Amino acid sequence: MPSIKQALSSQVGRKIMTGITGIGLMFFLIGHLAGNLSIFGTADAFNIYTKTLMDLGPLLYVIEAGLAFFFLYHTVLGVSIWLGRRKARPEGYNTYKSKGGPSHQNLASRSMIISGSIIFIFLVLHIIHFKFGADYTTMIDGEQARDLRRLVLEEFQKTWVVIGYVFVLLLAVLHLAHGFWSAFTSLGMKHGETSKKIQVTAYAFSIILMLGFIFIPLYIYFTGGEGSLISY
Amino acid sequence: MSKDMTIHLKYWKQAGPDAQGYFEEKTLNTVNEHMSFLEMLDVLNEELQLEGKDPVEFDYDCREGICGSCNLVINGQAHGPKEKVACCQLHMRNYKDGDHITIEPPKAGAFPIIKDLVVDRSAFDRIIEAGGYVSVKTGSAQEANSIPIEKEHSDLAFDYATCIGCGACVAACPNASASLFTGAKIAHLGKLPQGELERSKRVVAMVDQMKEEGFGDCSNFAECEAVCPVGISISAIAEMRKDYVKAVFS
Ligand code: HEM
Ligand code: FES
Repeated sequence: MPSIKQALSSQVGRKIMTGITGIGLMFFLIGHLAGNLSIFGTADAFNIYTKTLMDLGPLLYVIEAGLAFFFLYHTVLGVSIWLGRRKARPEGYNTYKSKGGPSHQNLASRSMIISGSIIFIFLVLHIIHFKFGADYTTMIDGEQARDLRRLVLEEFQKTWVVIGYVFVLLLAVLHLAHGFWSAFTSLGMKHGETSKKIQVTAYAFSIILMLGFIFIPLYIYFTGGEGSLISY
Repeated sequence: MSKDMTIHLKYWKQAGPDAQGYFEEKTLNTVNEHMSFLEMLDVLNEELQLEGKDPVEFDYDCREGICGSCNLVINGQAHGPKEKVACCQLHMRNYKDGDHITIEPPKAGAFPIIKDLVVDRSAFDRIIEAGGYVSVKTGSAQEANSIPIEKEHSDLAFDYATCIGCGACVAACPNASASLFTGAKIAHLGKLPQGELERSKRVVAMVDQMKEEGFGDCSNFAECEAVCPVGISISAIAEMRKDYVKAVFS
């Protein structure tokens, strides 16, 4: 039947791939949060975690490349779907209003491109900020390793950094509040009882996940890096 | 007798597909709550003609919610404020004395304006031509129960078959996507044994044709379901996506 290329460029294929890449990125976020929370473990926990990742060597590059591919593919599709609106409706309405009821048009769904674009810019800055940030070193099991924990604790005591992170993470709540439900729908979920439960789960998931992320900078900021959850 | 209402109308005028459109305004003082929305427009046109002006063109045929000809966007909502009602069945009792109503045609590149509020929806016909049919010879009508079909399937097929092709889904979709229309046609035929044979070919051809006609992608806003005068669920789009994936891997 259709070639893979034809399928991927069809409107159905594009939406399914937005969903698959979106779900992939959500799994990444869960893992990322779990790793980050090790900052509240023993004094060395966070640096052991980051060292373990870096010790993966070439495998880490493969994982990073996969992640970058998912991220870029998702972005290209999201932007392209959004750009397609202008083409499909060159002249808009003077008055436009959602009819409510079964509609999922809301702040979250209408602002996917805005929340997504800001997440994109954030991600570039975030990588520069930490991955390519100050290269402090420490000793882990007699081996030299990056002291990323020190960098994190320092950075999150800067007001503008914390404000920036919290702002983007709140936008991510919006992105996932619609995205989580929408991805299931893209992958064939019917619009019935299950769909309602998935929408509730989507709100819960996005709020809990992002509260987890937000907690880290806020805690460090308000305790000046010396709260009881941080061990030395 | 109910009292006459005053309604302030603002409606789209456009001489032809390439002409510049604009809004025209007129206040009607003799609107009756028993009138349908289209009857109110008939009154408008009578008044315009008495003034020696051109009437406003709008599409209709049955005026009983079954043909899918009417498709006005009323105060920004396809078919107006009520759920599961075509605008020919929308009554003026839903409005109050002194209300302002803006009427626009469905706006989509794939639905070029012919005149005023009338658009060319032949893009839908071409989506159907691409595969929305059963081409096996079935002979003359058979006894209804000679092909056993599970009740669940026949009910669903019927639900999807109630699509009247008005295009409200496209009109209301922020992306001007035709996914609900196309999904409904695909799901309706796919649920029946007669449609099974061409199921894979059909979904691929019809999905390609949507894009070919210039409709946008689906973003799962589900606004289409909210405005559909017969209440077709976006589950139809899920059926279309599943059929498409099956076609790719078959
Ligand atoms: C960690 C990062 C991200 C996650 C977890 C994520 C997650 C998701 C999910 C689950 C969806 C729903 C997919 C579907 O409807 O099938 C979605 C949709 C979307 N995403 Fe993301 N996303 C992320 C980053 C981005 C970025 C960087 C952009 C850049 C513009 C973006 C733009 C969009 C857009 C525009 C949509 C809606 C697509 C449509 O209209 O159909 N996302 N996202
Ligand atoms: S005129 Fe036939 S459905 Fe409205």
